[in-house]
Amino acid sequence: MLLSKARTDEFFFRGITGAFALLVIIGVVAIGVELVRESRLSIQEFGWQFWQTDTWNPVAGQFGARPFIWGTLYSSLLALLISTPIALGIAIFISELCPAWMRWPLVFLTELLAAIPSIVYGLWGIFVLVPFVRSLEVATPEWMRAIPLFSGPPLGVGMLAAALILSIMVIPFSSSVAREVLKAVPQAQREGAYALGATRWEAIRMALFYARTGIVGAVMLGFGRALGETMAVTMVIGNSPQINWSLYKPQYTMAAVIANEFTEATDDLHLHALIEIGMVLFIITLIVNMISRMFIWSMARQRKPRAAAAPPVAAKATA
Amino acid sequence: MIRDRYRRLLSHVIVGLCGLSVLVALVPLALILFYVLSQGVSSLNWAFLTRMPAPVGEPGGGMANAIVGSLIVSGLGAIFAIPIGIISGIYAAEYAGTRLANAVRFAADTLNGVPSIVIGVFAYGIAVLPFRQFSALAGGVALGIMMVPLIMRTTEELLRLVPTSLKEGALALGATRARAVFTVVLPAALPGILTGILLALARIAGETAPLLFTAFNNRYFSTDIRQPISTLTVQVYTYAIAPNEDWHRQAWAGALTLVAIVLTCSLLARIATARMEKLQRGS
Repeated sequence: MLLSKARTDEFFFRGITGAFALLVIIGVVAIGVELVRESRLSIQEFGWQFWQTDTWNPVAGQFGARPFIWGTLYSSLLALLISTPIALGIAIFISELCPAWMRWPLVFLTELLAAIPSIVYGLWGIFVLVPFVRSLEVATPEWMRAIPLFSGPPLGVGMLAAALILSIMVIPFSSSVAREVLKAVPQAQREGAYALGATRWEAIRMALFYARTGIVGAVMLGFGRALGETMAVTMVIGNSPQINWSLYKPQYTMAAVIANEFTEATDDLHLHALIEIGMVLFIITLIVNMISRMFIWSMARQRKPRAAAAPPVAAKATA
Repeated sequence: MIRDRYRRLLSHVIVGLCGLSVLVALVPLALILFYVLSQGVSSLNWAFLTRMPAPVGEPGGGMANAIVGSLIVSGLGAIFAIPIGIISGIYAAEYAGTRLANAVRFAADTLNGVPSIVIGVFAYGIAVLPFRQFSALAGGVALGIMMVPLIMRTTEELLRLVPTSLKEGALALGATRARAVFTVVLPAALPGILTGILLALARIAGETAPLLFTAFNNRYFSTDIRQPISTLTVQVYTYAIAPNEDWHRQAWAGALTLVAIVLTCSLLARIATARMEKLQRGS
């Protein structure tokens, strides 16, 4: 009698908590399904053509999304290029170099960078960063303008401003993961390097090498963040769909076009085209995040067997 | 010898560069906080907090409706997310290692990485389209979806930190698993879970993108969750991109309010965490 009560109790407990867990999984699947369902008109109408054409003209009913993919990838890659060395430097400084009393405040400050809402970044971007970028662009010498990378009118808004603001926003994410990963490197790695006469940097390089997969994961995680960032980029990138290498020209991203045009989309085809962009953004970030998590996981797994193997060796040494 | 000196020099240079990169990251942080404070304080006043937006072209007015709206929408999000997050977190911790636990953990991490604008599109599809109406409720759904993975992962991690001897003690006294979890393990982890909820709230209170086409905006004071509602973040966005000096001023004041809310939440959470760690070490 008692046993059976315990058993039904366990049954309900597991069933109910399990149902909620299932709900979370269903939710994620539902996002994918809903995005495909709500973009069917555009998928049927344009097919792959959607991603191969450059004209985006809602009035004429022409929808080509290539410039948005370009803008998203280009701005995120640029942001990664700027933020990765800085984020790594911060992670190394906090986990390897700085005195213990500085660690907590520094961690707090970098986390603060992640806590600031993206709309505040955007506001600051419009009124402070964009004028600054414009003055940089005005001051660009003539010979530099000849390079396609720096051609274009000095508007201030454009790819450079977007990449800069994105890199600031991504730094806390990649640096905090890189810090965790570096913490997972066994102290013996560094001690071994020092024992062989390594300088401080050479010992750090050993630790970095040991942690390389996790660090790649950290950088990818930042990339995923940059791809999906909406408000700050929308406010400074200039919102003009074109494929261009120039840092000075205004461009457009996938997230930005959804944010700008979604409420104004009057006909269904326009709305479905926007949702299709959202669907592809969903898929891209999904893949990037999965790869990044795989890297970070493999780093964590690699550590465990070694830690387990350690005690017997120590026991042998004392014996 | 020369090579040795070179190695030492290189080491110093790189150590210096690492320190420099910390400074490079702190400069924008300082600049942002400086501008938000200096621009915001001058326009943040009682009228801003208590008045309604002024008609177009008229200076003055405030964001009272947006502040209330933000509270309502974030609150709705929390109402959706807290039960789902905590209960699925309990499953992930109690049945760790089962296939469903791994799957739900994976789903939560995936959800956490989904761009907020995409969450907005999804919420539009399930909570706006069927009713042909933007609403505070739809905004709450969007924010709730973003909160679930945050709350779930915190709950799971904190439940695992509770010493197993506590649960075993309860089980040995004849408690069922459900009773052990709800009366012994969960209360022990509760302060930490509340901290996690606070942090999640701080994060979603600053979200704009998922609200643009779910909660939309409203020029009037509204507490009806079936109607569109104004929120602080969307209002700041609208004012920031409008060509109107007075609105820009208000956008800065709104940004200051937002930063103040977010910072207060994270500071509170941090103090609570520090205190808990001290308690744990003490015992």
